[in-house]
Amino acid sequence: MRRARPGAGASRMPAAGGGRAEPGPLRQRESRQRPGRPAAPPAAARPAALALVTILSFASRFHRLAEPSHVCWDETHFGKMGSYYINRTFFFDVHPPLGKMLIGLAGYLSGYNGTFPFQKPGDRYEQHNYMGMRGFCAFLGSCLVPFAYLTVLELSKSLPAALLTAFILIFDTGCITLSQYILLDPILMFFLMGAVLSMVKCNSCADRPFSASWWFWLSLTGMNLAGAMGVKFVGLFVVLFVGLNTISDLWDLLGDLSLSLVMFGKHLLARVLCLILLPLAFYVTMFAVHFTVLNKSGPGDGFFSSAFQSQLIGNNLHNISIPEHLAYGSVVTMKNLRMAGGYLHSHWHLYPEGVGARQQQVTAYLHKDLNNLWIIKKRYSDTADLSDPSSPVEFVRHGDIIRLEHKETSRNLHSHRHEAPLTKKHFQVTGYGINGTGDSNDFWRIEVMGRKAEKLIKVLRSQVQLTHVATGCILGSSGKTLPKWGWEQVEVTCTPYLKRSPNSLWNFEDHINPKLPNISLDVLKPSFVEILLESHMVMIRGNSGLKPKDNEVTSKPWHWPVNYQGLRFSGVNETDYRVYLLGNPVIWWLNLVTIGLYLLIAVSTAVALKRGVQLTSELKELSRVVLHGGAQMMLGWLLHYLPFFMMGRVLYFHHYFPAMLFSSMLTGITWDTLLKFCAGLLSPSTTARKLYGGGFLALFLLIVYSFYLFHPLSYGMIGPMASDPSSPMAGLRWMDSWEF
Amino acid sequence: MLGFLKKPVAVTVEINMNLVALTVMGLISRLWELSYPRAVVFDEVYYGQFVSLYMKRIFFVDDSGPPLGHMLLALGGYLGGFDGNFLWNRIGAEYGMNVPVWSLRLLPALAGALCVPLAYQILVELQFSHCAALGAALLILLENSLITQSRFMLLESILIFFILLAVLSYLKFYNLQRHSSFSGSWWFWLLLTGVACSCAVGVKYMGLFTYMLLLATAGLHFWHMIGDQNLSNVSLMCHFLARGLALILIPVAMYLSFFYVHLALLYRSGPHDQIMTSAFQASLEGGLARITQGQPLEVAYGSQITLRNVLGKPMQCWLHSHTNTYPIRYENGRGSSHQQQVTCYPFKDVNNWWIVKDPGMQQLVVSNPPRPVRHGHIVQLVHGITTRYLNTHDVAAPLSPHSQEVSCYIDYNISMPAQNLWRVEIVNRQSDTDVWKTILSEVRFVHVNTSAVLKASGFLGASLPEWGYRQLEVVGEKLSKGYHQSMVWNVEEHRYGKSQEQKEREVELHSPTQMDISKNLSFMAKFTELQWKILTLKNEDTEHKYSSSALDWITMDTNIPYWLHPTSGAQIHLLGNVVTWASANVAALVYACLSLWYLIRRRRKIHDIPEDAWQLWVSAGGMCVGGWAVNYLPSFLMEKTLFLYHYLPALTFQILLIPIVLQHLGDHLCRSLLLKSMFSALIVAWFSSVYLVYRTFSPVTYGEPSLSATELKDLRWKDSWNILIQKQ
Repeated sequence: MRRARPGAGASRMPAAGGGRAEPGPLRQRESRQRPGRPAAPPAAARPAALALVTILSFASRFHRLAEPSHVCWDETHFGKMGSYYINRTFFFDVHPPLGKMLIGLAGYLSGYNGTFPFQKPGDRYEQHNYMGMRGFCAFLGSCLVPFAYLTVLELSKSLPAALLTAFILIFDTGCITLSQYILLDPILMFFLMGAVLSMVKCNSCADRPFSASWWFWLSLTGMNLAGAMGVKFVGLFVVLFVGLNTISDLWDLLGDLSLSLVMFGKHLLARVLCLILLPLAFYVTMFAVHFTVLNKSGPGDGFFSSAFQSQLIGNNLHNISIPEHLAYGSVVTMKNLRMAGGYLHSHWHLYPEGVGARQQQVTAYLHKDLNNLWIIKKRYSDTADLSDPSSPVEFVRHGDIIRLEHKETSRNLHSHRHEAPLTKKHFQVTGYGINGTGDSNDFWRIEVMGRKAEKLIKVLRSQVQLTHVATGCILGSSGKTLPKWGWEQVEVTCTPYLKRSPNSLWNFEDHINPKLPNISLDVLKPSFVEILLESHMVMIRGNSGLKPKDNEVTSKPWHWPVNYQGLRFSGVNETDYRVYLLGNPVIWWLNLVTIGLYLLIAVSTAVALKRGVQLTSELKELSRVVLHGGAQMMLGWLLHYLPFFMMGRVLYFHHYFPAMLFSSMLTGITWDTLLKFCAGLLSPSTTARKLYGGGFLALFLLIVYSFYLFHPLSYGMIGPMASDPSSPMAGLRWMDSWEF
Repeated sequence: MLGFLKKPVAVTVEINMNLVALTVMGLISRLWELSYPRAVVFDEVYYGQFVSLYMKRIFFVDDSGPPLGHMLLALGGYLGGFDGNFLWNRIGAEYGMNVPVWSLRLLPALAGALCVPLAYQILVELQFSHCAALGAALLILLENSLITQSRFMLLESILIFFILLAVLSYLKFYNLQRHSSFSGSWWFWLLLTGVACSCAVGVKYMGLFTYMLLLATAGLHFWHMIGDQNLSNVSLMCHFLARGLALILIPVAMYLSFFYVHLALLYRSGPHDQIMTSAFQASLEGGLARITQGQPLEVAYGSQITLRNVLGKPMQCWLHSHTNTYPIRYENGRGSSHQQQVTCYPFKDVNNWWIVKDPGMQQLVVSNPPRPVRHGHIVQLVHGITTRYLNTHDVAAPLSPHSQEVSCYIDYNISMPAQNLWRVEIVNRQSDTDVWKTILSEVRFVHVNTSAVLKASGFLGASLPEWGYRQLEVVGEKLSKGYHQSMVWNVEEHRYGKSQEQKEREVELHSPTQMDISKNLSFMAKFTELQWKILTLKNEDTEHKYSSSALDWITMDTNIPYWLHPTSGAQIHLLGNVVTWASANVAALVYACLSLWYLIRRRRKIHDIPEDAWQLWVSAGGMCVGGWAVNYLPSFLMEKTLFLYHYLPALTFQILLIPIVLQHLGDHLCRSLLLKSMFSALIVAWFSSVYLVYRTFSPVTYGEPSLSATELKDLRWKDSWNILIQKQ
C-alpha cells in the first residue's frame, strides 16, 4: 500500500487523510444544519472521498501484483489467447473476443512478444513480460471501486453509504484476487459496472433529456453493454438489467400526458439508437477486428466451415490446390454443413453394449485427424483395381451408389434399423465389415443438392446428401454430444425423416487422388454476416458442451453467497506460494445478512406506504431510496445470480462476483437507511448522531480488521496448510470446506 | 316458535340442468367401453407396476413424482379386488382375468369427466355468460387428447382435475370475499383451494406451477386489500393468517400425510431397497432387516463389519478385498504396487468383512467391556479373511491416475512402508465425541499420512478390467473436494469378534450375525430421505421413440401411439383436436395483442372499453394465460424426457381462453347488429368443425372401429404424425 502512495502526490495526502477521519467534520456541520439528522455531506468531502477510495483501490490491487511469477489458474487459457492475438493465430473459445483482444493489446503494448506458451498453471514466466497484462486487468479491477462508489452516491445521495460500498469492495479478498491475474472477470466487471454507473447517471439526467450529458451517459451505457457482452455471454444479464430499466422508464414517459407522442417517439428512438444500434455496431466491429487480426491457421480451424477455413493463412484450404471433381478411389474428408458441424469420423472403438448393435462407432469430430479420412469406392469393387495406377479414372456422379470405407480401420460406413444412441427416432450409423467387405447395408446413394442427374461432384462446393439405400434414411449429424464412451464427440445418425436441413448435408473438404491433376480453387468466400453467425453458433455449442462429469464435485450456486468454498489459484503444497480465491467472509456474510434485512425493510416500507401511513419528509426520502435505488440493486443481484441455478454447464465460484458487486452496493444503501432510520427514532440530537456515526465507524473497522486477518488469501501464503494447527491461518479456517 | 306449523315445510332445489347435462355427457364420453382394450396401453405398463407393488405392500421409489397419484390408481385396484399378480412387462400385453381393468381405469376417467362441468363453473365464476361457459365445457368435452388421456390408468387427468378444482375454489372464495368474509362457505372454498393444490402437487410435481400461480394471485389480491383503508389492521391480520393457514400450512401438512400413508402402506422390502440407506432398508420388513436384526449398535475395537458405500448409485457396493494382487503393469504401461486388490463389490460376500483394530494393540477381538470407536479415533482396518491391512500410498490408482491406489498391504521388503492408519470421521455427527454407530453413522476414512479419503470411484460405468473381476475401483482421493457421497461409508453388518485364532475367525465370518438390538427411523427421517431420493434420483436423459420437444406441442407436430391391436389394426393415439388446438393458439395470440393495445392506449388515458369489462378481461385472461404459461414455459428449461401429454394441463387453460376471447370480441368489437349476427354464424360454423374433427378422429381416440390402411392414411394430416399402418 505504501508503495502506491507517493504516486498519489503530496498534495492529495491530506485530502485523503481528511476523508478517512470523515465522521468528525461531518458531525460538526450536521449539528449546525439540522439537529439530530445526518445531512448531505459538504460538497468538498466528495472529491476527497472519491480520491481516497480510488487510491486505496489501486493500492490494494497493485500490491504484490507480480507475485507469484508463474501462471495461475485460468491465466493458462486467457494468457495463451492473448498470445494468439499477438501471433495472429486463429483459435476458438467459448467467449466472445473483446476481453482476450484487450489482454492481447495490453501485452503487445507492454512489450510482451507472444512467445510464452502458457502451457499449464505453475509454469514460470522467466524473462517474459507478463506485468503489462496483469497490470491492465488490475487497472480495470481497481476502477470497479470508484464506479460502485459513484453509483451508490447517485442512488442514495449519501456519502457514508457510498463509502461503505467502496470499503467493502476495496477490502474484499475475493475481489482483490480476481483482479490481480490475467482473467476475463475484471474486464467483464469493468464494463458491467460501467454500464450500471452510466445508466444511473443517465437516469439522474432524466429531468433534462436530450442534453449533452444525457446523450453522453446514454450512449456510454450502450457502449458498456456491448463491452460486457463482448467479454462473456453473461454480460447478457446486465443487458437485461438495463433493458428492464429502460422499459420502465419508457412506460413512465408514456404515462406522462404532458409529453406528446412525437416527443415520446423521440425518446424511444434515442434509446433504440443508443442502447440497441450503437452497441450492436460496436459488438459487430469487435468481431470484425477479431477476424481481421487472426488471419493465420491455428488450433481453432476445425470448428469452422470449409469456406471459412480457406480464409486462414496456413490452413490446408488456403489457396488450395486439389483435384476438383470427386472420383472413385479418392481419399476424402466430409464435413457436416450445420453450424459447427464436425468431420465424419470413426475409430477402433465399438458402441458399448446396450447401445444399438455392437459395431464400430461413427461420430462427427471437430478436430482434424487421420481418422476423418474415408475412401470412396464403388458398390462392388475390390481394392486392387482402384489402386492400380493404370486403371482409368472414373468420376463419381450425382445419383451413384457408393460405398465409403474408413481408411484407418477399413470398415464401411453402415446403417441399419437399430435406434441411434441418443436420437432414438433415428437409425444407428456404424462402421462394419472387414477389409472393406461388408453387406448390402453399406450402400449409399450420393446426391448433390439442386442438381439434375449425371453431374460430377465438386469438392468443397457441392452440398451432398447421402441416402442409405436399404432403409431410405439420410446420413446426418444430430449435434448431440455422446457420453464418455464416445469420447464426447458428436452423434451421427441416419434420419428417416426426410426434412431438408444442414444437419443432413455434407461437403467434401480434403481430397487426395494422385491420378487427378490438382487445380487451384478459390472457395466461395463467406460473407462477414455468415462468419459472424457461424462463430456465434460455435460459441453457444461450445458453452453448452461444458457439462459437469458425473462424479465430479462441482460448485453449486447456493455455495456462493455463503462463501462456502473458494478456488485454488496457485499452489497446492506447503512449500508453494499459495493464493486462494475466497471472499472476505466477514464482508460476504454481512452482504448475505443485508439481503434478508433489505427484504424486511422493503416489505415493511411498501406495506406502510400502501396502508397510507403518514411519513415525515425525511422518511419519505428514505423510503424512496429503499424502494427505488435499493430495488434496482436487488434486481441486479437477482438477475446476475438466479439464472445460474438453471444452467446445466460447469459452474465456478468466480461466476458469482458480478452479483456480489450488486450485493455490496445494496449493503451500502441498506445500512445507511437503517442507521438513518434508527437515528431518526432517537430524537435527541447527540444520541442520534453518535448512533449514526458510531454505526458506520464500527462497520468500517470491522471490514478493515477482517481484511487484516484474511489478506494472506490474496497476497500469498507460504507455510503449512491451514488444516495444520501450526499454520498462522489455522484459526481462520472457519469453515471445513475452505482449503487454504 | 311453532312457526313451522303454520307454514308447510318446503324444500326448494335449484338444479342447473346445464351442469347436469355436461356431467352426463362427460361421463359418457370418458366411461364409454372403458375396459376396452383389455390390454396394457402405453404408460399403464409403468404405473401398473406400482399398483401391483401397492397391492403387495412392497416398498418402491418412483422418481417421477410424489405418491398420491399412484395411491389413487392403487385405490382403484383395491376397490376392484386386484391381487397385484400381473407381469407388467410390455405394452399391448393382454390383461388376465384377475385384473379389474374397469375399476383400475375408473378414477382417471371420472376425474377427466368432471373436468367438463368444472370448466363450465370456472367461466361462470369469472363472470362470463352461461353461453361462453357452455362453450368452454363443450370444447373440453370434445378434445380428443383429453379423452384419450382420461380413459387409461394415467395420471394427467387426475392432475388436471385437481388443478381446475383449485382454480374454481379460489375463484369462488374470491367472489365470496366481497360480501361474506369468514362465512362458512368462504372458509369451505378457501380450504378446498389449499387441499386441491396439495392434491395436484401430490399427483405430479407439475401441479406446483398452478399452486404457485394461485399463491401469486392470492398475494396480489391481498396486496389490494392492504391498500383498502376501510379494513382495520386486526382484520387484515386475520385475513392474512387465514390465507397462510389454508394456502400454505394445510397443503404442506397434506403433502406430508401422503408420504405418511405411502410409507405406512409399503412396509415390505422390495426391488428398490438398494437406493436407500442401510438405516432405511433396515426399517423395512424382510431384506436387510432380517440380517441386521439384533446387531450391536456401537462399533468397538475388534468389531467385525461390512462397509457399504453411501452413494448406492448406480448400484450398492461394499468395501471388498481378495487374495489377488494388482498387476505389476497395466495395459497402458503404468506400474502398480502389486499389492492385494481392494475393490467395491456389489454383492454380499465373506470377503466384504473387515475388522476394526486399535493400532496400539495386537488383539482382534472385542474386549470386555467393549471400547467404542469415536469420531476422530485412528484405526486400522484388517481384512477378515486375508488379515491384511487396508493401506494407501502415493501410487496412481488403476483407473483414476490422479488418485491414490488403495491396497491391502503386502510387505515385499522394498522401501515402501505400510501406511495403514485411518482416522474415522463421522459425517453426520451430533458432537465431536460421537460413537461410531452401526447403520446410522456415515463415516469418512481419512488416511493419516496423506490425508487422502477412501472413495469408491468406479461409478462412471468403468469397472476394473478382467484382472479385477469387473469389480468397482476404490481409490484414495487426495484433495478432499468437499462432501461427496462416494467418499462416505456406513457399517451395515456388524458383530463383536470373539475368535482369537484365524481359523476360528474364518468360521465366525461365515456364520450369520445374530444379536439383539433393533432400530427404527422416525417418520420425518424416512420422509426426508425418500423425498431427497425422489428429487435427486436421475434416470439417464435418453430420448424416447415418441418423446418430443416443447416446441412441437403448440402446433401438435407430434403424437403418441398408445396401443395397436395385434391383428385388426385398430389403434389408439394421443392426438388432439386440431381445430381446438389451432383456435386456442389464435385466442392466446389475440389476447396478447389486444391486451397490449388496450394497455398502451390506457396509458395515454384512452379507454376503449368500460372499466369493468377491462377488469374482467385482465382477471380472466390473467388466470387462463397465466395458467397456460406457468404450465408450458418451464418445460423449455427442464432437462428430462418430454412427451406430448405434458402439455395437456397448459392446453386446458388455453382452451378456457377461447370462449373468453370470443365473448369479448362479440361484446365489444362487433358493434353493429349485422356484425354481431355474422359473428354468431361464424362461431356456429367453427363449432361444428370442432365437432366434425372430433368425430373424424374418434376411431383413434377410442380405438374403435378399426380402420383400413387407406382410412388411416387419410387421417395422417401431418407428415410428422406416427400413424401405424400395418403392412398387408
